[in-house]
Amino acid sequence: MASIFQAVGAARALSSSNSFDSKKFYLTSRESVSERKGSIFVVRSDGRMNSGRVDKLVTNAVATKADSAAASTASKPGHELLLFEALREGLEEEMDRDPRVCVMGEDVGHYGGSYKVTKGLAPKYGDLRVLDTPIAENSFTGMAIGAAMTGLRPIVEGMNMGFLLLAFNQISNNCGMLHYTSGGQFTIPVVIRGPGGVGRQLGAEHSQRLESYFQSIPGIQMVACSTPYNAKGLMKAAIRSENPVILFEHVLLYNLKERIPDEEYICNLEEAEMVRPGEHITILTYSRMRYHVMQAAKTLVNKGYDPEVIDIRSLKPFDLHTIGNSVKKTHRVLIVEECMRTGGIGASLTAAISENFHDYLDAPIVCLSSQDVPTPYAGTLEEFTIVQPAQIVTAVEQLCQQ
Amino acid sequence: MASSFSAAKITQPLPLNTTTTRSPDNPLFSSFKSAPPASSFLGSTHKLRIQRPTSARAQTRSGTVVAVSDVVKEKKLKSNAPTSNLLITKEEGLEVYEDMILGRAFEDMCAQMYYRGKMFGFVHLYNGQEAVSSGFIKLLKKEDSVVSTYRDHVHALSKGVPARAVMSELFGKATGCCRGQGGSMHMFSKDHNVLGGFAFIGEGIPVATGAAFTSKYKREVLKEGDCDHVTLAFFGDGTCNNGQFFECLNMAALWKLPIVFVVENNLWAIGMSHLRSTSDPQIWKKGPAFGMPGVHVDGMDVLKVREVAKEAIGRARRGEGPTLVECETYRFRGHSLADPDELRDPAEKARYATRDPITSLKKYMIDSKLASEAELKAIEKKIDEVVEEAVEFADESPAPSRSQLLENVFADPKGFGIGPDGRYRCEDPKFTEGTAHV
Repeated sequence: MASIFQAVGAARALSSSNSFDSKKFYLTSRESVSERKGSIFVVRSDGRMNSGRVDKLVTNAVATKADSAAASTASKPGHELLLFEALREGLEEEMDRDPRVCVMGEDVGHYGGSYKVTKGLAPKYGDLRVLDTPIAENSFTGMAIGAAMTGLRPIVEGMNMGFLLLAFNQISNNCGMLHYTSGGQFTIPVVIRGPGGVGRQLGAEHSQRLESYFQSIPGIQMVACSTPYNAKGLMKAAIRSENPVILFEHVLLYNLKERIPDEEYICNLEEAEMVRPGEHITILTYSRMRYHVMQAAKTLVNKGYDPEVIDIRSLKPFDLHTIGNSVKKTHRVLIVEECMRTGGIGASLTAAISENFHDYLDAPIVCLSSQDVPTPYAGTLEEFTIVQPAQIVTAVEQLCQQ
Repeated sequence: MASSFSAAKITQPLPLNTTTTRSPDNPLFSSFKSAPPASSFLGSTHKLRIQRPTSARAQTRSGTVVAVSDVVKEKKLKSNAPTSNLLITKEEGLEVYEDMILGRAFEDMCAQMYYRGKMFGFVHLYNGQEAVSSGFIKLLKKEDSVVSTYRDHVHALSKGVPARAVMSELFGKATGCCRGQGGSMHMFSKDHNVLGGFAFIGEGIPVATGAAFTSKYKREVLKEGDCDHVTLAFFGDGTCNNGQFFECLNMAALWKLPIVFVVENNLWAIGMSHLRSTSDPQIWKKGPAFGMPGVHVDGMDVLKVREVAKEAIGRARRGEGPTLVECETYRFRGHSLADPDELRDPAEKARYATRDPITSLKKYMIDSKLASEAELKAIEKKIDEVVEEAVEFADESPAPSRSQLLENVFADPKGFGIGPDGRYRCEDPKFTEGTAHV
């Protein structure tokens, strides 16, 4: 099941411009921000930082954040890197910090990882700590679980998230359940990560979105990273968490560039990220669709709309506080996701919002998801499977008219 | 994926009335099950066989592999004094005997309690296979790990989990070893390093491989030089056709993990005869295919099992890598308490009943003057009391309250997320009683 990824995935990521404008993320203007509240960093789609607006957005009602004592003195310029490098940086910092942290997966060691997330780690930490496994997903995931039960903190890399379908037995039965069935005796602090999502004509099997399949498994947490900043922060938080965490990365986001702080920080696993505050409508999204939404937001702003964009980041559990506050303000919700229509994250989110915030809604919740189809190879068809910015604009216009 | 709940389907009576076609007495199998061993407890190597890895590459990789049968033969030749012809000391013999009696008495009590409505669900009893559990597990240290399947009560008991904790777990009480949340098929104990108890077959083998990996990691990365913890993975003949089995044999041999794969070949996977489901039913042969020794041993003879176990565990402790041990054994009862066990040939059952490991050991101990009838009877009586006490304890223990429902879903309960009011859900003291909120 290994395929020749390197040329296809990494090199072609972000090369075509129809999905989003990667220049948005050379956030040199971030240097002008004098204050950062907690671990949520507000990025506006037009790149301008309005510190007055930032003050209103203290969404950290709960206090968990770590290692950000230096947050308020963000005068250090930080350093620029690509998303996969940010993941690697987070991973390396955690491996330095705790010798029990280890990595297992196909081609993570000598090859440096199919997407170079683990490049350079095997020479530094050795072949046992960065373990090249045979092609046996179910068994090496189970092995990671056994290792976690007996004291290690393994990170399992699925070369492509889709391959973890073969590990479903272990992820569902053991990863999610063993803490419970053992009466709390054993903890399973594993991190299972890998790239998923629709790429550039990778074909149906390499373009899967597993978050919808895993979301019912009790006992696991799921997070999706979308920027180098939150990729590093979520990676570190996931490694430090005592719960099993599945970290969803996206094949097309690995080459995103951003300037991130030099000082250590982690992101909160259970919180959502406010991307663009607004008044008219709440747009909930995650992973790559964040960029389609931000592109659509540009168009919408020009047309006079003021969308509030939230990257939900935590796919399980949902941060109903951030989401709820937004719904109470705008009264309209649009969910934009890459999952398929049936049974995806959007479907669960729609139900959660309906249940909890029904009285605050002025219009039905609209959920834009991918078509229920195996992702076709042909580029034109592939474009039609996922949600494009134009559809988002149309949906917002329709919702706001009601 | 095979799991225990398909018992109901198997039990429909088949129209065939010929027992010969379904009996395992076909030419393929009879070669190494031929005659009941005459002097079964003198450590005869008649049943021990090993096949060396045949390829040259395998030879160089497993150059230090020692044929188990050769070790035992050597030991036999060296011992000249009459008393050291015995494979076991009195102390060891009594310990093993007590363990097997505990296993048998406990399982018999489980059957009783099940039919009296004290325990429910799928309960898989170990009667007849005690020699494997006692033969292997009694050689382990506390820090060594055991991984089992759904037929795990006796493995837990042999490893040292108190009978009352296991019985309480079976009754579904809060004082059970898993707080009543696991049940018959999920016996866990952190204190005794029992890593489960798995309902799906083959699921535990990767977990065992992981525990062995930790042992190697501790020694080589964390530099805990004296860490020589060994893991035993127990599973059945049906599992040996499962992908996880082969994948783990490969990984364990590749990295020389300190693990012993113990196959409890009782010939039947619910109603599927091993011979009908396996192209080459000699499971021990599959070890050398991956570069590890494969040993076949008479699993009804606890002393033979113990000899093989000593060598296999010793290999693992010395860092020489894994071993595959196929124990030919038999379960006297059906697959589970829901299985009427109509498929197996009564003649086959009768044959194995004469090889009951407990009566065989008893006979050996008495014949070799290691113990008297009275001593052994005293042990049996003591165990009866232990099991009675376990039942009483379980009966009197409280059932779990509603507040226990969501307590152990997450090690860090922040994983339940942030509620609409901005607080973590777990900050609400009544949260563990359960809500339907997303």
